[in-house]
Amino acid sequence: MSLARPRFSRAAVLAGARASLPVQVAVIPFALVCGIVAQGQGLSLAEATLMSGLVYAGSAQLLALSHWGNPAPVLAAAFASFVVNLRLALMGPVLAPWLDRLRGWRLWVSLFVMADQNWAMSVGQMQAGRWDAGFLFGSGVLMWFVWVAGTAAGHLLGAAMQPSPGHPLFFSALAVFVAILVTMWRGAADVLPWAVAGAVAAGMARLMPGTSWYIVGGALAGSAAGVLRDRRRSPGQTA
Amino acid sequence: MTLDPWVLAAIGAMALATYLTRAGGYWLFRVVKPPPVVRAMLGYIPGTLFVSYVVPALASGGVQQWAGAAVTIAVMAATRNLAFAILGGTAAAAAVWAAS
Repeated sequence: MSLARPRFSRAAVLAGARASLPVQVAVIPFALVCGIVAQGQGLSLAEATLMSGLVYAGSAQLLALSHWGNPAPVLAAAFASFVVNLRLALMGPVLAPWLDRLRGWRLWVSLFVMADQNWAMSVGQMQAGRWDAGFLFGSGVLMWFVWVAGTAAGHLLGAAMQPSPGHPLFFSALAVFVAILVTMWRGAADVLPWAVAGAVAAGMARLMPGTSWYIVGGALAGSAAGVLRDRRRSPGQTA
Repeated sequence: MTLDPWVLAAIGAMALATYLTRAGGYWLFRVVKPPPVVRAMLGYIPGTLFVSYVVPALASGGVQQWAGAAVTIAVMAATRNLAFAILGGTAAAAAVWAAS
């Protein structure tokens, strides 16, 4: 039956790009900030643009850039990227019902452009019963262009802007995540896992400042709490 | 338009580490069939992941972040429109910032 459903249609690619437009607008300040920080750390325009194009992960880039040096810290930057982005390793499997139906470049490029925002929108599409992974690809490719162009623009703005750390520009990146969180609320069953996730993440962030283990730690603890609770309620079921 | 070899090496290493997380997690789950507990946990991952991102940021933030987040949630819950929520929340944060 699922064979009759489109796997990767042009219509879904375009729909993904269109539906993600509000998110794209919110990515711009984030990208500008990344370019500004890269410029401040002495990266050339070509280097900053290349980093955004190849790494394409805002929080990892910002963390690595905050501990930059000369010569560039190769291992430390790679390790920071890996830890910050461990959450992406948890995100891919959630979209398995979509990704399992893709082959070749469509699969590996879709994974490359998978970021928090377009992943969250794709999860929403999947839960609504839509089966076309083109949505993830279309929203992701557009966001990649916005991210790379925004970084370059930020680098050029660089010296001219110099926003202070408390500038509300920085809040818009957090606002995206807060707004997406609202769409993920499914009801009372989410109270316990979310409370555990928040408490564990906040505690870990305090105990291990400067790292990002807390994102993965909070997500795993909260999800485990939800599953344990479900099993106690209906011990006959396997999950 | 300079390209420093050390910077290039760092960018390449970061890109490799990041793609390893993007594709590696999915690939691992496809090769090693996860037990039912793990699959049940995946259902909770989207919400708890974003909670874990947002809560520490708000805990270490101030009135600007709290006001911004409150308005973002209120607008999103009322309109279900991402653009309005982000704009409203950022405007609230900017208002607090301008007033302080």
